[in-house]
This record gives sequence, C-alpha cells and structure tokens, in this order.
Amino acid sequence: MENIKLADKIKSFAHDFGWPRIIIALFLLSLFIMAPFVGVNINTSLSDTFNRFGMNCIMVLAMVPMIHSGCGLNFGLPLGIIAGLLGATLSLEFNFVGGQSFLMAMAFATPFAVLFGWAYGKLLNRVKGGEMMIATYVGFSSVAFMCMMWLLLPFTNPTMVWGYTGKGLRTTISTEGYYLHVLNDFLAIRIGEHFVFPTGMVLFFAVFALGIWAFLHSKKGTAMTAVGSNSVFARASGIDIDKTRILSVILSTWLGAMGILVYQQSFGFIQLYMGPFFMALPAVSAILIGGASVNKASITNVIVGTFLFQGILTMTPSVMNSVIQTDMSEVIRIVVSNGMILYALTRKTEATR
Amino acid sequence: MKKITFKSIKKLIANNLVTVLFLVICGFGIPLSGYSANFLISGIIVRISRNSFLILSLLIPIMAGMGLNFGMVLGAMAGQIGLIFVTDWNIVGIPAMVLAIIISIPISILLGQLCGRILNKAKGREMVTAYILGFFMNGVYQLVVLYGMGSIIPIKNTSLVLPRGYGIRNTVNLIGIRQSLDSIFNLSIFGIKIPLMTFIVIGVVCVFIVWFRKTKLGQDMRAVGQDMDVAAAAGIQVEHTRIVSIVISTVVAGIGMIIYLQNIGTLNTYNSHTQIGMFSVAAILVGGASVSKANIGNVFLGVILFHLMFIVSPMAGKNLIGQAQLGEYFRVFVSYGVITMSLVLYEMRKKRENLVNAEKLKDDQGDSNEN
Repeated sequence: MENIKLADKIKSFAHDFGWPRIIIALFLLSLFIMAPFVGVNINTSLSDTFNRFGMNCIMVLAMVPMIHSGCGLNFGLPLGIIAGLLGATLSLEFNFVGGQSFLMAMAFATPFAVLFGWAYGKLLNRVKGGEMMIATYVGFSSVAFMCMMWLLLPFTNPTMVWGYTGKGLRTTISTEGYYLHVLNDFLAIRIGEHFVFPTGMVLFFAVFALGIWAFLHSKKGTAMTAVGSNSVFARASGIDIDKTRILSVILSTWLGAMGILVYQQSFGFIQLYMGPFFMALPAVSAILIGGASVNKASITNVIVGTFLFQGILTMTPSVMNSVIQTDMSEVIRIVVSNGMILYALTRKTEATR
Repeated sequence: MKKITFKSIKKLIANNLVTVLFLVICGFGIPLSGYSANFLISGIIVRISRNSFLILSLLIPIMAGMGLNFGMVLGAMAGQIGLIFVTDWNIVGIPAMVLAIIISIPISILLGQLCGRILNKAKGREMVTAYILGFFMNGVYQLVVLYGMGSIIPIKNTSLVLPRGYGIRNTVNLIGIRQSLDSIFNLSIFGIKIPLMTFIVIGVVCVFIVWFRKTKLGQDMRAVGQDMDVAAAAGIQVEHTRIVSIVISTVVAGIGMIIYLQNIGTLNTYNSHTQIGMFSVAAILVGGASVSKANIGNVFLGVILFHLMFIVSPMAGKNLIGQAQLGEYFRVFVSYGVITMSLVLYEMRKKRENLVNAEKLKDDQGDSNEN
C-alpha cells in the first residue's frame, strides 16, 4: 500500500516537474559523478559552476516579472542588456574607477532601462497575444540599431574607442581597472586550492531575488500575478491591466540591464555590437529548465534553472572532452536550451492561455 | 470626389506602410551609392534568380494560416545535406543538382512532418515555435554534419572532411555544380545576363502554387487558414492539412536552397542556412505580404526592393558617413526592423478588426433587442 502511494507520488512529481527537467538534472548529476573518474577536478568545476551561476542569474531573474504579468517569455532581453551597456560605457566615459564605476554604471543604466522598458511595454500592450515573436524581433532590431549607434556616438575614452581612428567603440572593452571582479572578490571564500565561492556576487543576486520576491507579494505584485493568470478577473477587481503590464516590462528590462553589468564584472569584458544578440535564449531556457512555464515562474525556478543550465555548460566541455576526446558542448548547449524552449511552447495545457 | 481619392491613397499607404518605407529608403540610397543602372539591374536579376524560389516556399503556410514559416531553415538544411553528398560522390552539372534534390526531398518531408506536428501542438504561436525549432534543428544538423559525417555516415572525399578525420569542413566548394542551372540558357540584353533556365524553373513553381490554390487540398488549406473550428466542422482534417502545408513548404525550401547555393558556388556548411529564414521572411514582408496574406506578386516585389537596399546600403553608408561598416549594420537593422514593424502592424490590425467586429455584433444585438 505504502509503495503504491510512493509510486503515485513520484509519478505526480515527475508529471509536475516535467520529464525534460528530470532528464537534465540526472544528466548533470551523472556528469558530476563521472568527473573525478575521467580526471576532471571537481572543485574547479563546482567553482566554475557557482561563478557562472552568479554571472547569469540576474538575467534569468529578469524573466520573472513579465511571465507573471502574462507577457510571456522575455525574448526581448537584449533591450535591457543594451540599457546596461549604455550605463557601462557612460560610467567608463566619465572615468569612474573601481567599485564606484560599478555603482555609477548601475545608476546610468537605470533611466535608460526605465525609458526603454516603458516604450517596449507600450508596444507589447498593443500586440497582446503575439508578444513573444514581437519581443524577439524588438530585441534583434534594437541590437542592430545600437550597432550603428556604437559607431556614431561621441565616446572619447581611449580605452574604449578604436585606437587608430579615435572614434567608434571597440567590439570588446576590458573592465580591468574599472569594475572587474568587484562583486566576485567581495568576501570571496577560498576553500582549498581550486574552490572559490563568489560570495559578493551571490549576495548581490540574493538582494535582487529578495526584492523581487517581496515585490511579488506586495499589492502591486499581486495585481501583476492577477493580470497574468486571469485578465478578466483582474479588470473586474479594478486593476489597470495596461499599466501593470508596462510596470512588469520596465522591471524586466531593468533587471536585464543590471544582469549584464554583473555578467561583465565577472567576465571582464563589455561586449558591444552583436554581443547581446543571442543572450535572451540562454536566460529563457534556464528559467524553463528550472520548472517555469510560459505563464508561471518563481524565484526557485530561477535558482534551480540557472544552476542546472550553467552546470551543464561548465561540465559538458570538460567531462565530454576527457571521455570521447571531442568537444561537443556547443551542440549539446544548442540542443538542450532550444529543446527546453520548444518543450515549454508546445505544452497543451499552456497553449490555451 | 477629391477627398475620397486622398483618403484612398492614405489607406493604400497605411496598408502597405512597409513597402512604401522601402521605396523611400531605396529612393535615397540609390543616388547616394552612385551605382550605375546597369550594375543595379544585373545585380537585382542575379538575386531574383537566386532567392525567389526560397521565398516562394513561404506562401503555402501563410495560406494555411500558420504565419511566416521560420521553419523553412529545416528545408535549407536538407538541401545542404543533399549537396554535401553529391559533392562527395564527385557528380557534376545538372545530374548532380537533380540528385541533390532527390536526396533532399525525403529529408525535407521527414523534417516537415516533424515541424508540422510540433506546430500543431503550439497553435496560436506557430511563428515563435518554428523559429526556436530552427535553432534546435541547427543543433541536430551540427551533430549530424560535424560529428556524424565521416564517422558513421561514410564520406570518401577527404577534401570535404576536417583534418581530424570526421566532420565536414566549414566551407564546401561546389565547383561541380556552380551555376550549372544558371548557365543553361543565357540571354544577354545590354550586357545584362539573364539566366533564363532558372527563371523558367521559378515560373514552374509559381504555376504550381497558382494551380495548387485551386485544388481541393488548396481550398482546404484556405479554409483552415480562415478558421480552424469552422474548417473542422466542415469535415476538413485540420491537423493533417496543416502538416501537409508545412511539408510542401519545407520541400520547396530545400530545392530553393540548392538553387541558391548553385548560384553562389560555395557552401558555408554551418552558416548558409541560418540567415536564410530571416532574409526570406523580411523580403516577402517588404513586398507587402502580411502574416495572413501573401501572393506571388509580393514575392517578386519583395526580392527586388529588399535586395536593392542590400546592394546599395554599404556604398551609401560609405559615401554618407565614410564608413561602409555603418551601411552593413544599417541593412541588418532594416531587415530586423521590417519584420518587427510588419508583425506589430499585423497584430494591431487584427486587434482593431476584432474590436470592430465586436462593436458590430453589439450593435446588431442592440437592434434586435429594440425590435
């Protein structure tokens, strides 16, 4: 009797959690188990995984507000990233250094993110039902537009512009001397030779995650969830649907901007031009792997998803390389991340929103 | 009388905003680039012969109400696989092209079936799903071509294979079939070469599409495109019809890719197909098509305008700002911008129509209540 109950429980858990996620989790687990046997240092791998987790999780968090308000997956994340890039380049242009430059980048990025998010939200309100496709192309066209702007905007800081002409920003700009590793090194815990826990970065994420969690439980946040789950009901209870949706889009865009700044301080480079082009897809698939769907997402989904996705990205190259002497990580990344998005888009229960 | 004509012109512009915008861009770009008319016309003719077949593949899914088929890249992959095989077997000329097409068709059918089935599970968001499916299948394609070919799938020709012993090289030289179709019948007018045979082949597809619209299946597709529920009530197998439309589109795209590549002459094994979907979709939208309505005229107008912009913008950018790079970014921006704008306009129009219909229904009901 007990056994049957347990089996049922497992079955319903598997159903809720979704087979693809279980397969991915098992795959990651097997990679970690295999790692020591093929000569991959598990401490380095874990350290890398945590590092990548910290780098990416705020961009994944940026999916949450828009999913809550029923705007779907934020394929327009590059727009937020561009706001972040503007903040970063402006901060460097005014020659702020060290930790200050990071704070100033955040400060500069915020008004852009709010402005872009507002316009983007207005646009999405006019195309209800077709948000995701349009979001994708808003992201793409804004990146392409900014490609022209990076060439034309009058930046002068010699570390950023092309050396021989003195104008036009470089494709990659080093954050060294500015905010390289300001969060990574903050209170970082070093255990042994190979393991470093990036405390500052994880704490920074924790602050954001807590903030979003608190927001979602506030009056405005509850209204947002109501708009997403049942807009007729929301309208009946006197919620301004369009305004709430715009707020969620602004929030998502702003989180995207903050996310890319955290990414840069760890990665060490500001990537301009086509850099942000495909950055939405890893973030989208990460939150989906974490158990979110097109219209439901939580902070837990963000944490679990980012950890699983980034774990696979870190582990596959090293482990696979040692096992079969080939680097198939790129192919696995493409198949896993897009497969996950496909799975979420084709769920029957969610298709009739 | 005058007012009406002004209104009708305004409506014409509003309904074809993207096309009008493109005419304006080209109108500015052509004098700025400083290219001669002869150069531009021959450039356009090459591009019509190269791209129209691919773009024609988009028509049938639009008819079936499935939107712009971003999944056409699946067909492009099938075409490329066919080309890799014929290059490996050292076959040249027209037989090679025909054989490549024969190889590509079953792969296209298989991939089209898969795409159709997946899209049936994602009704209402076909476009974004097909788009992601394109990315997903790109991963699978890489798995097959980069790891499978030469190890599991036998490839004899060592010049095709990477030095490590398996996987196809980044570029495959299609010297054997290079322009084999284009050079069969060549007409030359004022020094402008016209690849007549390619145009005949494109003409055949156009005739096929016109004929297909009139068949039972074509009529069914239009019914499904109008309203799935009504079509199902009328006894049409909705899901099957939708799958067939995607399969046809994929097969046409596969053949189109082979024609496209025989004109270019080299295959970028891992890149050629990735941009095709975006460029084809942008071109048909520039020609005045929308997500739910497109005809053969849109295809050709679209190819001409879109590629005119493509040819002139780097030079125009160089002459205007002094940087050709700017023109190149500009054309990328315009390609994406056009798609964004068309999609937004389509969604807004749909919303407005729904509103008008709802109002009408309300009025009608109000009238009947009063009676």
